Amino acid sequence: MSDLRELYQQVILDHNRNPRNFKELPGATRKVEGFNPLCGDHYTVFLTLDGDVIREVAFTGSGCAISKASASVMSATVKGKSTEEANQLFETFHSLVTGDTSTVDTGELGRLAAFSGVSEFPARVKCATLAWHTLRTALEGEQETVTTE
Amino acid sequence: MSVLTQTPPPASTFDIEKVRRDFPILHREVRGKRLVYLDNAATTQKPQAVIDRIVRYYTEENSNVHRGVHYLSEVATEAYEDARKIVKDFLNARDVKEIVFTRGTTESINLVAQSWGRRNIGAGDEVIISAIEHHSNIVPWQMLCEEKGAKLRIIPVNDQGELSIEEYGRMLNSRVKLVAIGHISNALGTVNPIGKMTELAHAAGAVVLIDGAQGVPHGTVDVRAIDCDFYAFSGHKVYAPTGVGVLYGKQALLQAMPPWQGGGDMILSVSFEKTTYNALPYKFEAGTPNIEGVIGLGEALRYIGGLGVANVAAWENDLLRYATARLQEIKGLTIIGTAAEKASVISFVLEGVHPHDIGTILDQEGIAVRTGHHCAQPLMMRFNVPATGRASFGLYNTREEADLLVEGLHKVMEVFC
Repeated sequence: MSDLRELYQQVILDHNRNPRNFKELPGATRKVEGFNPLCGDHYTVFLTLDGDVIREVAFTGSGCAISKASASVMSATVKGKSTEEANQLFETFHSLVTGDTSTVDTGELGRLAAFSGVSEFPARVKCATLAWHTLRTALEGEQETVTTE
Repeated sequence: MSVLTQTPPPASTFDIEKVRRDFPILHREVRGKRLVYLDNAATTQKPQAVIDRIVRYYTEENSNVHRGVHYLSEVATEAYEDARKIVKDFLNARDVKEIVFTRGTTESINLVAQSWGRRNIGAGDEVIISAIEHHSNIVPWQMLCEEKGAKLRIIPVNDQGELSIEEYGRMLNSRVKLVAIGHISNALGTVNPIGKMTELAHAAGAVVLIDGAQGVPHGTVDVRAIDCDFYAFSGHKVYAPTGVGVLYGKQALLQAMPPWQGGGDMILSVSFEKTTYNALPYKFEAGTPNIEGVIGLGEALRYIGGLGVANVAAWENDLLRYATARLQEIKGLTIIGTAAEKASVISFVLEGVHPHDIGTILDQEGIAVRTGHHCAQPLMMRFNVPATGRASFGLYNTREEADLLVEGLHKVMEVFC
């Protein structure tokens, strides 16, 4: 079960059970939907941008534990960061979950490091990255729905 | 006596140990555990006899079919057409002309939608399907109706997963030209009363297509008893290779239908002035077919015939009852699809745990189930779930494997609770 423990770490289980910033954001500057058609993970990410800074971030929706925990940890991590910092975090997170750890310093990642186990479960990478893809689309100012296909 | 203490069918009618020895993949390990393959509704494993038959075809017989005057081409053609006869007998069809080989159920349905549908459906006509169909028996009809200005109507389903036959009866009118229904629901396991539904459709002057992808693996399919006009199924769901399927069609209908794909083999003669088409069933078999797949399908049906279709059904029914009873013991587990008549397919949800997570944790135990919408998104929406976990039992599964599934689900709850 040790592999599983690496995937379903306490941080992930906690954020799944009590997702942070799990609410709508009336008056949000950006609102984008993200969707994983394979398993039905479906989230909406809300952003309030103050110039270049992510002042508020929230999300609603439903899905598997990995996707929900990822959205929750993401929201807590990017709040208060600049668009550029958020995009950098996206790249770092993506490398982490796809096992491309050459450029990743897990010490800098904080709670995001909890998702390192996803790299052993390729079928779940899309779950972990769905919220981040959605966030990035929102930051770019696009209004389309994001899917993992 | 509860189903948990009832004994399964005796070995004299079904020697499960021997059957399991026939399937080589069942003896491999997954994640360091023995493979518990409960995803048969997605695809089935293959017996050594089918694997060997395909190897023998390529080792001793391979040639293109229906042409050539040399020995190998005769042998290959005979093997191919023998398989057609086997399929005809398996379905109790009247004539081999009524058996068209396709790539699978989806292709068979698309063939009917495009060939029969385009010619016979017009503006204002209606096509009836049900609320619990697989996407392959929804989308081709959506496309046809949009193209022709026809209306797609949906038979409602109750909370147990049973179609409302009363409502269906009310929906049948002179505008309805086609009824397309699944034999057995891949998501819920519901066995639809397709004989009765065909009778009602015919009384209203409509043609009937049955999506038999889950029908053929789970029991006797007698197309003349059902009296459907078309019946489609896939080889890979019935212990045969992928890439091969069947469209059964009543001869008169197939005869009147325009060809679908054009090319070699479906023609009698070709000139730039005029091309004439081949007779049935070749009119609908353009190009070199999946010869190995067809031969493999023939061998698979021969294998099942050897076991006895009724014996297979009895074995699976016992598994369904046993697994259902054991799953119902789990607190927080709800079975989706509780029709009075079901095949050995069990969809379920577990409170507080997304099916995707269930699937990953079961996978770590070597247990293969499917999680998701099972190509039936409208059905998922009707039952108000984003996805379910689905355990589908085949002829080589055992009660012990149902026990392992239950144990695995307890492990899931340990992680999440």
